[in-house]
Amino acid sequence: MSDEYILELKNITKVFPGVRALDCVSFSLRRGEIHALMGENGAGKSTFIKVITGVHQPEEGEILLDGKIVHFRNPVDAQKAGIAAIYQHVTCYPSLSVAENMFLGHELVTSKVKRLDWKKMYREADEWLEKLHANFKSDVEMGNLSVAQQQLVEIAKALSMNARIIIMDEPTAALTEHESEELYAITERLRDTGHSVIFISHRMEDTERLAGRVTVFRDSKFIGVWDVKDVTRAQLVKAMVGREITQMFPKKKVNIGATVLEISHLGRTGYFKDVSFSVRSGEILALTGLVGAGRTEVCESIYGVTAYDEGCVKLNGKVVRFNHPAEAIAAGFGYLPEDRQKEGLVLQWELSKNITLPALQQIKKRSGFLDVKKENHIAGQLCSELMVKTPSVFEAASLLSGGNQQKIVVGKLLTTPKKILVLDEPTKGVDVGAKAAIYEIIGNLAEKGYAIILISSEMPEVLGISDRIVVMKDGRVTAEFETAQADQNKILKAAMIEGVDKK
Amino acid sequence: MENRRIILEEKKWNPRTFFFQWEWMLVALLLLVHILNGIASPYYFSVDTFLSTPMSFLDQAFIVFPMMLVLISGNGNIDISVGSTVALSSVIMGVSYNHGIPMGASIFICFFIATLCGFINGCILVKFPELPAMIVTLSTMILYRGIAYIVLQNQAAGKFPSWFDYFGWGYVGPIPFIFLMFIVCAVIYGIVIHKTAFGRSVYAIGNNRTAALYSGIKTSRLTLIIFTLTGFMSGFTALFLTSRMGSTRPNIASGYELDVIAMAVLGGVSTDGGKGRIWGPILSIFIIGYMQYGLGLLNQSAQVVMIILGFLLIGSVLVQEIHIGKNRVLPGRK
Amino acid sequence: MNLSVFKDKKPGSFRELGLLAFIVVISLLVEIRNPMFFTLSNLEDIGVNTAILSILAVGMMMVLLTAGIDLSIGATIAFSGMCVALTLEAHPELPVGVALVEGILLGAVIGLILGIFISRFNILPIIASLGMMDIVRGFTYVVSKSKWVSAYQMPDDFKNFATGNIFGISNFIIIAIIVYVCFFYFINYTKVGRWIYAVGSNPAAAKISGIPKRRVIALVYMLMGALAGLAGVLWVSKYASAQGNTAEGEEMSVIAACVIGGVSITGGRGKVSGLILGCLLFGILDNALPLINVSPFWQKAIQGAVILTAVVANAVIRRQSDLKALKSRKI
Repeated sequence: MSDEYILELKNITKVFPGVRALDCVSFSLRRGEIHALMGENGAGKSTFIKVITGVHQPEEGEILLDGKIVHFRNPVDAQKAGIAAIYQHVTCYPSLSVAENMFLGHELVTSKVKRLDWKKMYREADEWLEKLHANFKSDVEMGNLSVAQQQLVEIAKALSMNARIIIMDEPTAALTEHESEELYAITERLRDTGHSVIFISHRMEDTERLAGRVTVFRDSKFIGVWDVKDVTRAQLVKAMVGREITQMFPKKKVNIGATVLEISHLGRTGYFKDVSFSVRSGEILALTGLVGAGRTEVCESIYGVTAYDEGCVKLNGKVVRFNHPAEAIAAGFGYLPEDRQKEGLVLQWELSKNITLPALQQIKKRSGFLDVKKENHIAGQLCSELMVKTPSVFEAASLLSGGNQQKIVVGKLLTTPKKILVLDEPTKGVDVGAKAAIYEIIGNLAEKGYAIILISSEMPEVLGISDRIVVMKDGRVTAEFETAQADQNKILKAAMIEGVDKK
Repeated sequence: MENRRIILEEKKWNPRTFFFQWEWMLVALLLLVHILNGIASPYYFSVDTFLSTPMSFLDQAFIVFPMMLVLISGNGNIDISVGSTVALSSVIMGVSYNHGIPMGASIFICFFIATLCGFINGCILVKFPELPAMIVTLSTMILYRGIAYIVLQNQAAGKFPSWFDYFGWGYVGPIPFIFLMFIVCAVIYGIVIHKTAFGRSVYAIGNNRTAALYSGIKTSRLTLIIFTLTGFMSGFTALFLTSRMGSTRPNIASGYELDVIAMAVLGGVSTDGGKGRIWGPILSIFIIGYMQYGLGLLNQSAQVVMIILGFLLIGSVLVQEIHIGKNRVLPGRK
Repeated sequence: MNLSVFKDKKPGSFRELGLLAFIVVISLLVEIRNPMFFTLSNLEDIGVNTAILSILAVGMMMVLLTAGIDLSIGATIAFSGMCVALTLEAHPELPVGVALVEGILLGAVIGLILGIFISRFNILPIIASLGMMDIVRGFTYVVSKSKWVSAYQMPDDFKNFATGNIFGISNFIIIAIIVYVCFFYFINYTKVGRWIYAVGSNPAAAKISGIPKRRVIALVYMLMGALAGLAGVLWVSKYASAQGNTAEGEEMSVIAACVIGGVSITGGRGKVSGLILGCLLFGILDNALPLINVSPFWQKAIQGAVILTAVVANAVIRRQSDLKALKSRKI
């Protein structure tokens, strides 16, 4: 029976000071299968992977490779055993070449003098890249590659080290639809050549498309394993969340008012061109497209983080130009950045200081000093309004959960009066429960009269919450729909092929 | 919806965590220095010691305040050109006076040049944010001192009017003028750094420059201001140093930049950015100053002072590392 | 100037070409002003003067590659030089080789201690080397009792070492060449050498990959120290004097030469070819200015201006190439 499984983990428990990251978890991987691992954030998936790859050692339980018990004392042991992991954020050496990145740790040397054999390394690296249909050569600097290309290098590296088990941690999160397709093809090829793959993803499409079986973790425990063809989405969601999520998207009746923001023929060399659309008060406009289509770039240039080279922006009918986010904020334009930890929060600070950062001028006393009492009051108010789960406003931002952190960043937007908000992937990396809360907040904001631009790549979100949809591809607007008349196919077509269904 | 009260007031004052802060360790160190000095010399504990002695070491102290801001602003920000700025502004002040320009105007020129030097640093860093501050200020360090050598070669300039001595040697009542000015600056900077939006913004860009930008903090403007301030305060140092020496040469104030940085770092300001409070550097100034004085009493050479200073610097960072390592704030869960 | 000529070259090699062109232009200008420039003896002068700087630059480049910095090398030069001078004063019969070894060992020990502070105790390189600088410089004075060791106290063949030569090539130049050849092989063709790049390029990844990051960092500072120790012996031989304030500020010149040569202060990036050019530029400036009758008091300012220009030009070139890359994106 154990011959069927290349990898088995039995009753794994991993404890960190104060927290049980894995609680008696079991898992099995058949030879030549693609096995999906799903669960909310914090369910224990990452820790589990780290146990398999030798980064962490479990307190209890055993790992069996090919039926034999193994102990990985460090990542190198796991590597030698043929286990490789490819993460969402590729850890690589950006200033070194692709070939060097591939071979670091197991360089090829000349036999006599043990000198590094660059010729051989470049040649072999190129061979692997060709097998994976890469569109670049191995002497390119790693830092000049896109995320998708870097992941390809990681896969090539894993294969070059004779990995038999390949683990992919949210690999499609940063990829375009096209690149995801490529990745699917590669993954299937890996399976067909006898490799076994563990695939972590939040996306049902990935699981349904690729996996033979799916395992769900919840709250550090193993919930169950199913054959993908035998289980429904609703069942999986229930397993992940533990409760039925019926109303994901609140349906509120909102009065849509006058045009708040109007951009015409906006362009920035090398990033986007001829972009035009408008948003009205109370309206939620979804700005969608593949990753890299230019949506964030457009909004950042309006906001003043970068600059546009042509076109014009009108706020409430008046032509405006924001050269710096401070000007945009003062004019009532709010921006929720894509990466809340890098762009949205000062993690070392208390959440009260975080919330008031865009509004420092507002919390000044007449004397010029900062009014700390007022600051705490504002923070407390917003925390209640947004239902942030925290005992005090002095909690360090780093200690909050992903969902709560996102709420704090939203809170930042609400400290000064705003007319329009841009929310850039607000539910990225947020678990299902918190997602629903954020949709609720967005609905409330629209009801209050804010004009909202929602940048999102998640189709259910785009179709579920928006009033209108603008699709971009490669820096241009390719389509515009009323959400009521749109569907997944139309949107995907516009995102991947140019100029379809232009209304 | 649950009825949950969110705490709006800071927790009760905990004596253990309060006294365990780095600044209290510095206080202990300062006391230690005083005690050791007292053992070395029976006449040590006098009013004169505590009021007049600082005259000899406070000239550098003025730059410590803006250097704090520079270091806190993160991004690898640092200014190693301050010594050269001091030398250049002092030299030009001397040369101006020796060429007939009235002393008052010469003093003004000193401040102007110093501020200009800082302003140039700031402009370059704002215009080319990809350049590390270390490199830019390294080149201006060499350049400014070079200009000082062009102006004055290996001569001295001086013979200042007798009232010029007042700055470095004069008293306001029982307190030396320089000490008084230092206190004024300390108070002003303390308030600015810890109680104003400006100060909070500097900490913001030091902890997360990108998030600060997205929150509307004008990072470029702040950078320009703090480097210009550094230049301006170097003017104070130039004034006091020149007044105390009575003359000026192009090679004065060499090594000042590293001394000032050492004072800031000993005071708990991290070169990584985002950390540090005003009390630490203030205490460090006095610790180092009195230590130098005390070792002078014991006829120890300046070199022994250097060795102790080096150990102090490394030791202080080690201790902070171990101490803070326990309370480190980790990046949050996803 | 139409930069499209260099369209296919990566920014890296473009900057080396630019630097080379700059050096050539300056040399030609100087030659025109003073035909003595291109004479063999003058060129050899440049070589000898640049030798010490180049040796130091090799060590500093390794340190910079790990995103570190070493401000203590001036002090190490002084300390090793002083110790060697004192040793030779007491035992003038010792051969030069022993002096070299002593210097290298002293420097290596100092560097290793610094490396341990940085790698094991996580002290930031700038602070650790600042502290080390004070400590070592202080000890230099203590060891020499604040006195100088001057020429008459040193054995003759030691002093002659600086001007001596093998097969017509100056000793200093030979040592520098040996150092460079070893360095080139080490940094490009050995695992450990590449680890230095890896640690600077992505320290977190290096740790996970199983690279002994701490040992690499300690090694780098130890090598820097050893080279500084070597430079100390050469320095004392050249100037026939050992003082407490020897080589004060030298670290800044070395860092400047590295930066001009394209070594990145943030780590992970730098080529030996660029380094050689950077040191060469420095050496030529030092040599050329007196030749064209520039007052020595202008030297510092010109040096500073050149560094600033090089650094800014580098940034401008990078921007141009980035802009071109953007324009070529078909939107």
